[in-house]
Amino acid sequence: MIMLDASDINLESYEMSNPEGYEGALGGLTRREFLKYCAGVAATLGLPALMGIRIAEAATAKVRPPVIWLSAQECTGCTESLLRAYHPTLETLILDMISLDYHEALCAGAGHQAEAYKAKSMKANWGKFVLVVDGSIPTRDGGVYCMVAGKPILEAVKEAAEGAAAIIAIGSCASWGGIPSSDPNPTDAKPVHEILTGKTVINIPGCPPNPYNFLSTVLYLLTLGKPPALDAKNRPKFAYGRLIHENCERRPHFDAGRFALEFGDYGHRQGFCLYKLGCKGPETYANCPSIGFGDVGEGNWPVGIGHPCFGCTEQGIGFTKPIHALAEVKTYAPPTAFPAVDSPKGEGISSAAAAILGGVAGLAVGAGAMAWRGMDAEPKPDADPDHPKP
Amino acid sequence: MNAIIHRPLGGKVVTKPFLILGLFVLIAAYFILRRFLFGMGDVSNMNNGFPIGTWVVLDVVIGTAFGCGGFAMALLIYIFNRNVYHPLMRPALLGGVFGYTLGGLAVMIDLGRYWQAFNLLLPWYAQPNSVILEVGLCVMAYITVLWLEFWPAFLERMSPRFKQRFGLDQLQAFLKRYMYVLVAVGVLLPTMHQSSLGTVLLILGHKLPPLWNTPWLPLLFLSSALAMGYGVVMLEATLVNRAFNTPSETVLFARLSRVAAGLLVGFSALRWADLIYRGQLGAVFAGDFNGNLFLIETVLFLAPVFILLSWRRTRQRWQFIGAVSVLAAGSLYRLDAYLLVLQPGNGWTYFPSGPELMITVGVVCLEIMLYLLFIKTLPVLPGGTAKA
Repeated sequence: MIMLDASDINLESYEMSNPEGYEGALGGLTRREFLKYCAGVAATLGLPALMGIRIAEAATAKVRPPVIWLSAQECTGCTESLLRAYHPTLETLILDMISLDYHEALCAGAGHQAEAYKAKSMKANWGKFVLVVDGSIPTRDGGVYCMVAGKPILEAVKEAAEGAAAIIAIGSCASWGGIPSSDPNPTDAKPVHEILTGKTVINIPGCPPNPYNFLSTVLYLLTLGKPPALDAKNRPKFAYGRLIHENCERRPHFDAGRFALEFGDYGHRQGFCLYKLGCKGPETYANCPSIGFGDVGEGNWPVGIGHPCFGCTEQGIGFTKPIHALAEVKTYAPPTAFPAVDSPKGEGISSAAAAILGGVAGLAVGAGAMAWRGMDAEPKPDADPDHPKP
Repeated sequence: MNAIIHRPLGGKVVTKPFLILGLFVLIAAYFILRRFLFGMGDVSNMNNGFPIGTWVVLDVVIGTAFGCGGFAMALLIYIFNRNVYHPLMRPALLGGVFGYTLGGLAVMIDLGRYWQAFNLLLPWYAQPNSVILEVGLCVMAYITVLWLEFWPAFLERMSPRFKQRFGLDQLQAFLKRYMYVLVAVGVLLPTMHQSSLGTVLLILGHKLPPLWNTPWLPLLFLSSALAMGYGVVMLEATLVNRAFNTPSETVLFARLSRVAAGLLVGFSALRWADLIYRGQLGAVFAGDFNGNLFLIETVLFLAPVFILLSWRRTRQRWQFIGAVSVLAAGSLYRLDAYLLVLQPGNGWTYFPSGPELMITVGVVCLEIMLYLLFIKTLPVLPGGTAKA
């Protein structure tokens, strides 16, 4: 008779076979892949590894939290950016982790059908859903410059905010106004937090923002039921706590005074600092150098590929300050003069070394001369009594 | 076939010159001790711009070229079958033994983390594209081969009873029978690392000025090392002849010098043709530091050609001048390429410190002392021939 050991039984395979249970909640990921993803999110947020388990629990909960996504004056760049997230993919997020009940670009229904579902969902989940807004809100002339379903978006946002458990403003437009708010600002565009005064709006600025900053924030909300630590501008500190300048891979060039002065010049080709080309990294808070874009590995972000940062996450800098204008360095400004890199280094000749070399040369010449004396002469038998011929 | 009889030279070992040399070795030992106690910066002027200093350039790059006597003679005698030169083989081999062994010693002083040197021998740490790894392994192997090749001199010195008692006579017979394997390996290995010492410079790229920087560096280094090998055999034998009144080998050298001169002709032809091909001829006559050094090298390389290809090669004095000139040319060539014309950039300069030079001087003195000791007590120098 064959005795089965407990380790011989693959317990996981039993659980996986239930489509309504555990496996269904994983949304096509293997258990390992899913837990890895959750641990990755915990790491992005700077949380302990055990938090990965709680994130996994929250993401696989039976009732998926509903999300209403409203689009104002925007370009769909934020959504496009999200579509290009691969761990997890957007469909994993919206189909398996959250319930994306309304999104103008992504919802399957259209027209009255979509609007009716939005109203139904908001009613059913009043006080529980997450509101996400991208795009800035036009306020001039009663907000007529952005109308959705015959209603100014201004009103739609205010209405949805009343029943939202949490509000996220994604992208620079929603966070601080973005392009639509730049001079002359014909629509009097305003960020979401200026419309919804008195409410906490989590800002995820960027044009587009890194999708993982958004995903991590959403999962933090789902897991802990509260927003992550925010800075004075209500941006999550894990993503916007440090200047780009602080983690930039070109920072050593800045400190050493090596700057690219023109696109394509020697310094630019050598990967020198882009500060003098107008890089706004020294006054812009974002984690771009740390996490990169496009899931293709390190160095894939504007400065990494040779373009100066234009400060998209920062109000008053992105779309406002000219690209060629010098950044105001928040850490410390570079000195006007750097120490010369070609000043003489190393020890020169010392008198002792010169004396030794002279002595050796003299000795060699002397020994050569002594050997020279008797050359071409017949060897004298036993010339040296100390060294008799063998 | 005539077998060569080698005899110890005999005579007092501890003479006045021997003691003076010993004094320099003691001074060097003091500084070597300081280097191991207080680190490299205590005795050396080497820096980040010039991580290769006199220890490597003089004791290894130039020192092993001086040690190429054994390699050059083995090539001539065993590969080209010129048996007439056989009496010169063992002294040349001894020169190689010390040139290489003490070069290896100098490397151990020069290595920052010498206690990890054994990692060179562990294949799983090897970076097979590294030239320095090739040089390191090859030189280690060659030092072993040189000592094995020289081992018969020890065995001949031992009394037959002693050898019988420890079975060493069988070892002697074994070595004699399979010496050709060692000789073959001993000819192969120097071609590898002497050319690699030129390849090392190729990696320096623009730091080495165009007059020296050529893809032919490996061949130039190998051919000049061979010429230096013949030069050092002639110089050593001439000095031994003068110092100890041994029979003169001028007639043999008259023939050997043609080989050396031929090599130098080939070396110079390649070097100048390459310069013309690369369009760098103007840099030679630019009148600057590099151009003038190149001209001095050229004079030193070509002088022996004119001396050794004329009637003068039968005269001991001219042979002596020729040999010294070959060695000076080869040494200057290496010194130039490795230190004098090298531009590491960022303002780095280098000149060896006094203690640093004293270590190199001491290593050379130790070499001469051991050479004297060995030729006096072991059968190294030819003492006539006997019918086999």
